[in-house]
Amino acid sequence: MENEILLLKGNEAVAHAAIRCGCDGYFGYPITPQSEVLETLAELKPWETTGMVVLQAESEVASINMLYGGGGSGKRVMTSSSSVGIALMQEGISYMAGAEVPGLLVNVQRGGPGLGTIQPSQSDYNQATRGGGNGDYNIIVLAPNSVQEMADFVDTGFELAFKYRTPVMILSDGVIGQMMEKVVLPPFKPRRTEEEIARECPWAANGHDLKRRGPNVITSLELDPAVMEQKNLHLQAKYQKIRDTEVRYETTYCDDADYIIVAFGSAARISLTAMETAREQGLKVGLFRPITLWPFPTKEIGELSKRVKGILTVEINAGQMVFDVRYAVEGRVPVHHFGRLGGIVPDPDEIVEALNKL
Amino acid sequence: MKQEIIISGFGGQGVLSMGKILAYAGLMEGKEVTWMPAYGPEQRGGTANVTVIVSDEKISSPILSRYDTAIVLNQPSLDKFQPKVKPGGDIIYDSFGIIDKPSRDDIAAYHINAMEEAAELKMMKCFNMFVLGGLLKIHPIVKLESVMQALRKTLPERHHRLLPMNEQAILKGMEIIHRQ
Repeated sequence: MENEILLLKGNEAVAHAAIRCGCDGYFGYPITPQSEVLETLAELKPWETTGMVVLQAESEVASINMLYGGGGSGKRVMTSSSSVGIALMQEGISYMAGAEVPGLLVNVQRGGPGLGTIQPSQSDYNQATRGGGNGDYNIIVLAPNSVQEMADFVDTGFELAFKYRTPVMILSDGVIGQMMEKVVLPPFKPRRTEEEIARECPWAANGHDLKRRGPNVITSLELDPAVMEQKNLHLQAKYQKIRDTEVRYETTYCDDADYIIVAFGSAARISLTAMETAREQGLKVGLFRPITLWPFPTKEIGELSKRVKGILTVEINAGQMVFDVRYAVEGRVPVHHFGRLGGIVPDPDEIVEALNKL
Repeated sequence: MKQEIIISGFGGQGVLSMGKILAYAGLMEGKEVTWMPAYGPEQRGGTANVTVIVSDEKISSPILSRYDTAIVLNQPSLDKFQPKVKPGGDIIYDSFGIIDKPSRDDIAAYHINAMEEAAELKMMKCFNMFVLGGLLKIHPIVKLESVMQALRKTLPERHHRLLPMNEQAILKGMEIIHRQ
């Protein structure tokens, strides 16, 4: 059973993986194109097996604050939504970052701004990688490019969230959420017991052990600026440690490449076919895929830029990651952007055309 | 082996589920598969299409510029996807509701009277399986056993009594597809 290969949508894979990763609670509100996460959880009824709570909140604002409470008590909790809904959660995400509360968020992006469209987009890159709410903070952002990674990143996300006491976001989109592919689900991991949580999360406000350790306080508020500066410096030191240790990326045919495409998520899958077509036509193209969008593989792209003639970022937005790539490249070679907007997904030939214009 | 297919028609014709069964059958045979729907608010009566790729190798893009085979079940689908068939590829159409037939001479056009046949046999619910049968006659991408296994896996058990009817539809579809 453990290694059974299934055919699932990316959204369904997230739901299956959550149950298997020992998730304690899911709080969400339906929105296209991610509704299958909540639907699948409702169908699988994990509250009858692992005891995991699945709750349809009254709004996205409620969901994220339930995450704050759950994460603050050391529970592995998650939510999912799509762009508009994630925008509503930003206040709560900032609070979680400030109070160092772990939690997992899944954003299955659709086109914006505003209510926008229900079709796929990657236009929340800036919001996700810059924090999105108020204050000096970042959250770890993982960008899956397949249904398999949608499943795998749930556990990775929880591990990172608790390792660093930070919100972690899986930044997906309508393509990866809605498509079906083969997937092998992660092995089953039981939910943590109260004793395990007390041992692994001594900071958690769970009401136990009060006599022994006194109360744990979970808050982002600190009115004394001198203390607040120290708190910020602590956060910045943590972010630097994450930058130093958690960068993930994948390279394809970069060794002999004259030109490099930098793309993440679904755009990276489409770019792979564009790369293959370009190579058939004699253009030596490679693909660099950031898997963590924050921390961004700045150093690695910088190194790569010393060996190539030019770089094209392919994003389903008006050009957001391109600025991170330019920052990494430091003007060594030209960095161009190609993207489609508002829910239109580029096809491989359009990318080949953009490559030929470099 | 790699087959890149677009299936397009009206919502309610079973376009998405036909694609799913094809993908599932591929999975049963250990192949790589992707199923990418053009999702939207449309239900019955709107337009629906799905890109299905079945391959021996790992699949790069689930979204394509050109297709090996286009299965078009209404006029807007034919107009939209005929230009996107690779030279040497093929287009399968049901003439029900189609006024302008496929016109390219660098692709093969196949005609299947699935709508009429399904109505005559009072098997309208299996319409998409007639079409799938037609496709499998031209491109035996997956075995009939795998399709039946996929149906068993994807249909809820209460509908399993309909399995023989689906098989009959697939076999009939194989008979009634003709080169234009």
